[in-house]
Amino acid sequence: MNIHEYQARALFKAQGIPMLDGDVASTPAEAEAIARRLGGPVVIKAQVHSGGRGKAGGVRLVRTPGEALDHASEILGMQIKGLTVHKVLVVPAAEISSESYLGLIMDRESQRPVFMVSAAGGVDIEEVAARTPEKIVRLAVDPTYGVFPHQALGLAFTLYRDFNQVKAAARIVEQLYAAFVANGAALAEINPLVTTPDGRVLALDAKIVIDDNELFGRPDLGLLRDDTAEEPSEGAARRANLSFIKLDGNVGCVVNGAGLAMATMDLVKYYGGDPANFLDIGGSSNPDKVIAALKIVTSDPHVKAILFNIFGGITRTDDVANGIVAATRQFKVAVPLVIRLTGTNETEAIRILEGVGMRALSDMDQAVEQVVKLARAGA
Amino acid sequence: MSIFADAATRLLVQGITGREGSFHTRQMLEYGTQVVAGVTPGKGGQVFEGKVPVFNSVADAVAETGANTSVIYVPPMAAAAALIEAADAGIPLVVCITEGVPVMHMSRAIPFVRARGARLIGPNCPGLISPGDKAKIGIIPGNICMPGRVGLVSRSGTLTYEIVHHLTRNGIGQSTCVGIGGDPIIGTNFIDCLRAFQDDPATDAIVMLGEIGGTDEQNAAAFVKAHVSKPVVGFIAGQTAPKGRRMGHAGAIISGSSGTAEEKLAAFEAAGISVMRRPADVVGLLRQRLRD
Repeated sequence: MNIHEYQARALFKAQGIPMLDGDVASTPAEAEAIARRLGGPVVIKAQVHSGGRGKAGGVRLVRTPGEALDHASEILGMQIKGLTVHKVLVVPAAEISSESYLGLIMDRESQRPVFMVSAAGGVDIEEVAARTPEKIVRLAVDPTYGVFPHQALGLAFTLYRDFNQVKAAARIVEQLYAAFVANGAALAEINPLVTTPDGRVLALDAKIVIDDNELFGRPDLGLLRDDTAEEPSEGAARRANLSFIKLDGNVGCVVNGAGLAMATMDLVKYYGGDPANFLDIGGSSNPDKVIAALKIVTSDPHVKAILFNIFGGITRTDDVANGIVAATRQFKVAVPLVIRLTGTNETEAIRILEGVGMRALSDMDQAVEQVVKLARAGA
Repeated sequence: MSIFADAATRLLVQGITGREGSFHTRQMLEYGTQVVAGVTPGKGGQVFEGKVPVFNSVADAVAETGANTSVIYVPPMAAAAALIEAADAGIPLVVCITEGVPVMHMSRAIPFVRARGARLIGPNCPGLISPGDKAKIGIIPGNICMPGRVGLVSRSGTLTYEIVHHLTRNGIGQSTCVGIGGDPIIGTNFIDCLRAFQDDPATDAIVMLGEIGGTDEQNAAAFVKAHVSKPVVGFIAGQTAPKGRRMGHAGAIISGSSGTAEEKLAAFEAAGISVMRRPADVVGLLRQRLRD
């Protein structure tokens, strides 16, 4: 789960990571008031879940509270990569002597949290990683013990010569690790970590991505979710406990299991079609989930035909059939449905569907070929 | 013969009295698995379905029944603690079915399990099944499998069933099918299973089902090239997935250049793995490789 910079700043602050004072605003007047309180030039930063905010004009340096008002009114409501800006962060403009990168990710290869540190910080850290990977220092942390003081110092020595700055950076390394653990993060990042002309070391940006699996046990973290920052259909799917991603094609897909769902999308493409979505209804066989799934897929006007691909294991295919029948009674499905189901209770499922004049196929290839043909005819 | 699960498996079910645990314990018993014990703290002394004694702890269950394998159906927040308990009690094979275990929990639990000398399969996996030995550990439907000599290892659940279904319908039986799980941090990877299948005299060929995200498939391909003499047929799901998006499995995220389907398919081909373009290809490719 992504959270906003201003939220990540609060989580960093709780661990004592040094940052510039600042606040978040939802209206231009609030932004003006914050700028007045801070005094001097400020930076206004759009709060959206997207990289490249600066390039899109969502980060601006302004001199006066009046300018803050003007620029905040431009940024609020702005679209950045399809996302509307609802909040801006207002922080003092810092004088910067150096920019570094400090990140911590859960690494699948070493199965540990891994620090990535680079003296070549700033905007294009991905480019640094791709072109000059030797400029990024990595350190895997044993999660049983956490990061040791000598490890934190070792990382800090790769960034600075001045020992006071080294000590300050080492403290930030430990604080970033604490923020990572305390908030069930999959990633915690400071880009850039800066030094100022008067020698301070500061986090100028804050990023945390929370491991979705932590949300079961940490409802407090769930409160950080911004519903306005996600595609509306994806939000509806999440609330219905469906795993859904909207794509650009016209063949709607409702599948049980992520691997089979991806393989189904691939097969749609193989037969010359274009999937409209990834949708995994999961392992449970609750008919309500099927209704919610069908509602979400049919709400996409690009969808010209819908494929159900269900391999019953834990999922009972008769429950899915009941869900399909109930859904078509609740609302009109204007596009053709192709239903493939096999596995647990399939005889009963076929009987249920035939009872309302629907057909079920048992072969995946046959079903995909058919749905692609129907989508093409409907386009 | 088979890998990891066989006729000597004496299975313990952690979370046997829960909704998922009780449903699947019935299925495993029906299949013929020797389920010798269950564990639910606080319910020690009960008997599940009149057949399986329930204990308060794994240590008690092992002492009383000689259980040598554990399968875990406890909720996500308690799953890592459950697998640590199993390893601590000396169980050599622990299979965690639970989906949604925090990655940090696994990062801490896996080194502990390894230090105790145990193997973990999962989490977020369908488990494994050895049809010839009537040993089913987890949730793979028994009725789609048949005894035979093809080993299968997969990162997903229902896609595994789809492929196994193709095999069985065409008379190709399986030695063992293992679902290793779709999470970013898992106990047993492709290479562990490939090595075991290579060493298993009852396995003639291997099917490997991968997904986008990470580098496990690429590492596995390199291992196949160097150490596997048996024919391998492979598939990568997610060839049409958009970049940078999570496809349900926490593991199936493509970021940067590492983990794309193209990269994985190229690694397969370079290692001499026959690549399925669609699930139905598995039958033809296996027959061809077993003939050659």
